[in-house]
Amino acid sequence: MRRRVAIIGAGMTLFRRRMLETGKELSFEAAKMALDAAGLTLKDIESVVEGSAPDAFDGVHMKGEYLIDGSGGIGKPYQRVYVGGGTGVFTPVAGWWNVASGLYDTCLCVAEEKMSPLHPHPQYAFWSIFDQILERPLGTTLLWIFSLEMRRYMHKYGIKEEEIAEVAVKNKGNAVDHPCAQLGAKITVDDVMRSEPICSPVKRLDVSPPSDGAAAVILASEKVAKKLTDQPVWLDGVGWTLDSTHWTNRDLAYPEYVEKAAKMAYKMAGIKNPRKEIDIAEPYDPFDYKELHHLEGLQLAGKGEAPKLAIEGVSQRDGDMPVCPSGGLLGVGNPIAAAGMMKVCECFWQLRGEAGKRQVKKDAHTAVAQAWGDLMQVGTVTVMRS
Amino acid sequence: MPFKIGIVGVGYAGFDTMTPGLSTRELMFEAASRAYADAGIDPRKDVQSFICCTEDFWEGISITDEYMPDQLGAVLRPLCTVSSDGLVGVATACMHIASGLADVAVVESHSKASDVVNPNEIMSFGFDPVYNRHLDVDPRFLAGLEMTRYLKDSGTKREYCADVAVKNKKNALSNTRGVYGTNLSRETVLASPNAAAPLTELESSKVIDGSIVMVLASAEKAKKLGDHTVWVRGIGWSSDTPVIEDRDLATAAYAEQAAARAYKMADVRAPVSAFDLAEVDDTYSYKELQHLEALKLAAKGKAGRMVDSGSFDRNGKLPVNASGGSLGVGHLLEATGLHRLLEAILQLRGQAGQLQIPGARKAVVQSWRGIPTATGAVAVLGN
Amino acid sequence: MSQKITSYPGHEITPEDLKASKYLEIIQKVEPKYSWAAGVAISRFLNELKEGRLIGRKCDQCERILVPPRMYCERCYRPTDSWVYVKDTGTVNTYSISHVGTDARRLKSPLLVAVVEIDEASPGMGILHTLSEVEPSRVTIGMKVQAVWKPAEERQGAITDIRYFKPFEGV
Repeated sequence: MRRRVAIIGAGMTLFRRRMLETGKELSFEAAKMALDAAGLTLKDIESVVEGSAPDAFDGVHMKGEYLIDGSGGIGKPYQRVYVGGGTGVFTPVAGWWNVASGLYDTCLCVAEEKMSPLHPHPQYAFWSIFDQILERPLGTTLLWIFSLEMRRYMHKYGIKEEEIAEVAVKNKGNAVDHPCAQLGAKITVDDVMRSEPICSPVKRLDVSPPSDGAAAVILASEKVAKKLTDQPVWLDGVGWTLDSTHWTNRDLAYPEYVEKAAKMAYKMAGIKNPRKEIDIAEPYDPFDYKELHHLEGLQLAGKGEAPKLAIEGVSQRDGDMPVCPSGGLLGVGNPIAAAGMMKVCECFWQLRGEAGKRQVKKDAHTAVAQAWGDLMQVGTVTVMRS
Repeated sequence: MPFKIGIVGVGYAGFDTMTPGLSTRELMFEAASRAYADAGIDPRKDVQSFICCTEDFWEGISITDEYMPDQLGAVLRPLCTVSSDGLVGVATACMHIASGLADVAVVESHSKASDVVNPNEIMSFGFDPVYNRHLDVDPRFLAGLEMTRYLKDSGTKREYCADVAVKNKKNALSNTRGVYGTNLSRETVLASPNAAAPLTELESSKVIDGSIVMVLASAEKAKKLGDHTVWVRGIGWSSDTPVIEDRDLATAAYAEQAAARAYKMADVRAPVSAFDLAEVDDTYSYKELQHLEALKLAAKGKAGRMVDSGSFDRNGKLPVNASGGSLGVGHLLEATGLHRLLEAILQLRGQAGQLQIPGARKAVVQSWRGIPTATGAVAVLGN
Repeated sequence: MSQKITSYPGHEITPEDLKASKYLEIIQKVEPKYSWAAGVAISRFLNELKEGRLIGRKCDQCERILVPPRMYCERCYRPTDSWVYVKDTGTVNTYSISHVGTDARRLKSPLLVAVVEIDEASPGMGILHTLSEVEPSRVTIGMKVQAVWKPAEERQGAITDIRYFKPFEGV
C-alpha cells in the first residue's frame, strides 16, 4: 500500500567553484542542517539515500561507499542512486520509495558533488560519458552535445539566441538573493550575447559553472511528519524516464523523456492541467536553453513557446508561474547532484513561505522540480504540495 | 501484513573467464531475453521499473545508465542505477513494488571483468585517497588484515578457511556455470601463493564475465506469471563505516545488521533451523565463515569447525554454497549477489540439476560488495 | 535558503589561495585501463569502416535500418534481422562550432561538429562526426554532406577512418 510522504526539513551548503570541505564534509554539513531544520538527530533516521554524479570527478571508485559516513549512513540501510545529471532530483525520489513502500518511516536524502578535484578541469570527466568506440576518438566534450541540441531547438521553432539569453538574465538575477549562490549577477541580454563563444551557439554566459556543494532533505511518512511539523510539504508525485542510448538517432528538439517522467509524476499527484495547477517550477537549467526545453517537456509551455514565458514576465519571480526563483544552476551554481537537490530544497522553502527575499509573489501551493542527465536522455521529476 | 514479493523470471548469460565475442550490451540482451521468456512478459509493455547495479570504473564509462536501456527493453521507461550489489537492486525493486510504483520490476547486474585491464588498480581507487591509497600494495591487503583478526578473535583454525575453498570448488564441479570447479586438498590450498597473507590465491575468488537479470512482481501479478515463483519474504541491507581503521575487522557487522532486518521482516526467529540452504558471499574463504556467523547460521567462532565436520556440505545439515559460490563458479563483481540469488532460486524451483538439494523450500542469500566496502545485503526466500 | 537559517556552511578556496599554496593538495593519477569487446554489431561496423563503407542493421518488424548497427531493436525488443549497406553521404541534422577541447581548454582553431543523418538509413539515424572543407558561416541544417575517408592503407577499423564530412558535391 502506498503511503503519503512529506519533506520535513532541508539544508544546503554554499555552492562555490572550489571548497575546502571534502565531499564527506559537504554531505555532513547539508545533512546536519536538514536534520536541525526537522528537529531530528541521526538516531531518528531509519534509512539514508545518497546522490552523486560521476566517480571520475573525485577519482574515487565506488564513491557512494566513500561518502557513507559524511551522509549519515553508517549502520543504516544506505543506497546511492545515480542517473547522471538527473541524480539530484532523483535522490528524494529514492527517498520517496524508501518511505512510501512502508519499509522506513524516516529517510535522510543527501546529494553532494565535489567537482574541483579533477584536473585540469571538471569537464574532462564528461569525455568518458561518450561511447568509447564511436564517439570518444573524435575528441568529444559535453559542450558539443548541448550546443548541437540548442541549435536544433532554435532551428525547429525559429528561436533566437537573444530570446534564450533572457533565461540567463532572469536566473542569474534571481540568484543575487540566494545566500549560497556562486554567480548571482544583474546582467543584460547584451552581456550574454557578447560573452565569449565556447561551442557556438553556446556562449560563456549561457552556461552554469562547475561547483562544489551539497544539499539535503528529510523525508517522513505521513504519521511521523504530522507529529513533527505543522508545515509538511508533501512529495505527492515522482517520475523518471530514460531514453535510448543512441542520442544521435533522436529528435533533439524535444525532450520526450521529460514529458514521460512528468506525466508519471503528474498522474501520481493527480495533476490534470499542469500549467494551471503548478505555481512554481524549478526545471533543470545547466544551460539557458535547457530551462526552455524542460518547461516544454514538463507541459508548462507548448512546443517552441517557452521563450515567451520569460519575455512576457510569466516566469519571473513576481510572475504568474515563477521559474527558477532560486536562481537555478545558472546563478546558484552547478555541483551536479547537489544542484538538482537545491531545486527540491527551493520548492520546500517557497511552499513554506520561508524563502525570504526570494519568496514568490503569488500564493503558491504546488511546485515541480526537475533534473536532466546522461546523453540527452533522462528526466527526473518531483511534484510537491503545501 | 507479511512481506511477499515474487521473483517470477530469471535469465543469465556468460559465466566464462572471457566473453570476447559480445559487448556488454549484447551480453545483457541475451540474459534479459531469457529472463523475459522465463517470466512470460514483454518488457516494452509489462514492466514499470528497470534497475541496474553497476559502478562507473568497472564499466570504463562515466554514468553507465546511459548504456543500459536499449538492450533491456527499457527505452523511454523508468530505469535507474543503484550503485551497489545486485541484491540491493532487488531490495529497490521490492520497494518499487511495495510502494505501488510498479507491478513488475526488473533488476540487472553484470560483470565484464575481461574488459578491464587493471582491475587491482581500480579496486585500489576505492580506498580513501588521503589516508589509505598511498599503500602501493595489492588491494587485498584488507582481506589479509580482516582474516588475521577474524582467526584471532574467533579462535578459528587457519585450516578451516582452506576447507571452505575445498568445499566450494568441489561443489562447482557439478555446476554447469562453474568455471573454477576442481578437487583440491586442504594442503594444496594452503600451499598456494599468498594473495595477502594469510589469505592464499586459492582462497581468493577470481572474476568472470556474466549478466544476470531478475523479474520481480507483486503477489497479485505473480499469480498470473508462470508457476515458478520464488517469494522474497524479507530483505535487508546495511553498511558499516567506510573508514577501515574504525571497523571491527573480525566481524561482518553489515551482514549482521542486514540479516536482522531481513529476519524481522520474514519472521525468522531461529535462523539455524529456518533454512534448507544458504548461498552466502565467499569472495574470500574466511568471508564465508564470517558471514555464516553474522547470519547466525553458526555460533560465533564455530563456523570453521562446522565446515570441517561437513555440516555445510551439499548433503550436510545446511548446504552452504552448494553451487560452488564465488570461489568455485567465479566472482561477478556487482552481480555477485544476483548470482547467489540465482543459485538459490534454481534450488527452490527444483531446477538445480546435479546440484539439487531434495525438498529445498526455504533459503537465505547474502552478498558483500567486496574490497574496500563493508556493505552487504540479505534476502530470505521461500517457495 | 530558508530565512530561518542565518548562516551557511562551507569555506571557499579562491584562486588566490591556490596560488599562495594556502592549502595542501594531494596529487594522484587515476589511470583505469580497458580493452573493450566491441561486440557483434560494432565489430562488423568497424571492419566495414576499414573497407570504406558504412553498414547498418535492419529490423524486419519496424522496418527501420539502424545506424550505428545493433543486434537488437530497442523499440520492438527483438533481434535485428539483416545487414544493410548504407551510403556514406547524409544530411546535417545539427552542428556546432567548438572552441574548446575535452579538458575545456581553448582550441587553436575551432572545430565543426555535427550530427549527420546517413542516407539510406531510416530517417533520423544520425552519427556524430566533424565537418571540414567548409566555412563555419556556410554550414546549415539540412546541408548535404559526404564522408572523406582516410587512404585505405591508413584505415584501422575506427570511427576516425572517416576523417570528416564535407559538403556533398555529387548529384
